[in-house]
Amino acid sequence: MQSETKARVEQLTSPAGHPVAVLRFEGDIASTSKDAVLGTYQALPKETNKLVLLDFSKVDYINSSGIALVIQMMIEASNSGQKVFAFGLSAHFTKVFTMVGITKYAGLFPAQADALAAL
Amino acid sequence: MSEFKPTSVPKATQVEVRLPSRMGFEKVAMSTAAAVAKLMGFREDRVEDLKTAVAEACINAIEHGNRLNEKLSVGVVMSVDADSLEVKVIDDGSGMKKQPPRPDIDRKMLGEEDARGMGMFLIQALVDEAEWVSGSDGKSSYVRLVIRLDKEAA
Repeated sequence: MQSETKARVEQLTSPAGHPVAVLRFEGDIASTSKDAVLGTYQALPKETNKLVLLDFSKVDYINSSGIALVIQMMIEASNSGQKVFAFGLSAHFTKVFTMVGITKYAGLFPAQADALAAL
Repeated sequence: MSEFKPTSVPKATQVEVRLPSRMGFEKVAMSTAAAVAKLMGFREDRVEDLKTAVAEACINAIEHGNRLNEKLSVGVVMSVDADSLEVKVIDDGSGMKKQPPRPDIDRKMLGEEDARGMGMFLIQALVDEAEWVSGSDGKSSYVRLVIRLDKEAA
């Protein structure tokens, strides 16, 4: 019933010259998204991917279980010396991420260009 | 579909949905609640708030109330009033013994608190009223949500 979460990784370089691993998600982010969210993140070599950028621009539905997966990723990233950022959230999910405190540990940007410019 | 005029309908017009206790079906209730709210004239941002609150209430009912037992269903009753929409999400569980603490992102990041456990907080934060009621027989309970039309901005 829940739409499958698709995830792919793209390696970009910020205007400041820093390598950025972009995790692009598509579909729902829910309890069934563990492999897509955590698995995709965990497959990134931690030593060479210090900046992780999450693309939610093709995600329509995120529930609290999906938010918990994002937080689990943030915990692992924090413990590995990585920084997590995100873009493409709707106004509603930007509000929800802010309400649960994610913005304290992960910068949110409207679009990819805004995020890359800040990295 | 003709435009819905809240003042021209009888008090507490109801829409009911019955969901199987299977994750993912909360989206059926979410979409139905959104359609009703749009017909009532709710602003788009309030419709989004309602969608998340209804989805989280249904997830709790499916997962914790009915414990994913697909022989049990979750009832969702939407009652339309002139200036508010009430949504009751009913399951066969015994209800909550106590409210979970407000999520604390600092404690989550330190591993001192489960990364999950944000559903009830989101429900309370996104609607105008939320109450959890345990059935007197200990075998059914419901959460009742109310979202009010903001006439100034509608």
